[in-house]
Amino acid sequence: MSAYWPSLIGGMLLGLSAVALLLLNGRIAGISGIVGRLLGGGQIPLNAAFVIGLMSGPPLYALAFGSFPPVTIAASWPLVLVAGLAVGIGTRMGSGCTSGHGILGLARFSKRSFAATATFLLAGVAAATLMEFLR
Amino acid sequence: MNRLAPLRIGVALLAGALFGFGLSLSGMLDPARVLGFLNLASGHWDPSLAFVLGGAVLIALPGVMLQKRLQRPVLDDSFHLPEKTDIDGRLVAGSALFGIGWGLAGFCPGPAVSALSMGLAPVLLFVAAMAAGMMLHDRVIAGMLPR
Repeated sequence: MSAYWPSLIGGMLLGLSAVALLLLNGRIAGISGIVGRLLGGGQIPLNAAFVIGLMSGPPLYALAFGSFPPVTIAASWPLVLVAGLAVGIGTRMGSGCTSGHGILGLARFSKRSFAATATFLLAGVAAATLMEFLR
Repeated sequence: MNRLAPLRIGVALLAGALFGFGLSLSGMLDPARVLGFLNLASGHWDPSLAFVLGGAVLIALPGVMLQKRLQRPVLDDSFHLPEKTDIDGRLVAGSALFGIGWGLAGFCPGPAVSALSMGLAPVLLFVAAMAAGMMLHDRVIAGMLPR
């Protein structure tokens, strides 16, 4: 269990961030929505500020713990490219990702977000498990 | 409420930083950890992602309960929340496509954008492809899909 404390506390910080944005700014902390609107030229200062903050996470972590968090990418370049395209198209078509649907949508008891979260978790498990057998 | 606009930008910056720090602490910046959860056939399943999502929803729940009792957010005239309620083909097809992409490389939008500051080439490629996919959807694909 003790191995999962950082994950639990990290997750709680994500919840705290989402609550702060909801109660203070009245907005959903949905990363694909924020990035998508930024790319479309919508509310640039607000969305850019969140993205800059998001990118400051790893350096802040390095300040606190002395090194960057691990990022291990096993996928080949073509696979990374295809995965990026699928995530980009899919999150915009499905109106959200792990943050907007997965955290706030579930907490808001949104039927749409329950359906979306169940769908992307199942599809993610199917894809990742299938890749294990194709390796 | 325009005089509050700078404060809203400050809140967005701080909320983003908290989100990025939380992702870094949670281990979810690492595609290997994410795939350790999504890949059921690895022989060493890693439940971390469930703790991250569980912890996040645990904190978000009381926040949402409080939000429902408020007329407006602290720094704006009204809440800006999704209004759609129907589960349509776009929601399911889009979420399935997102899930497949997530399971292929282990990256979803938050961790990928957050990890940009570490300057790793595959992360840059992923985010560039994701941004291209988002613009392709919003400018081309969305207009071709049935309503």
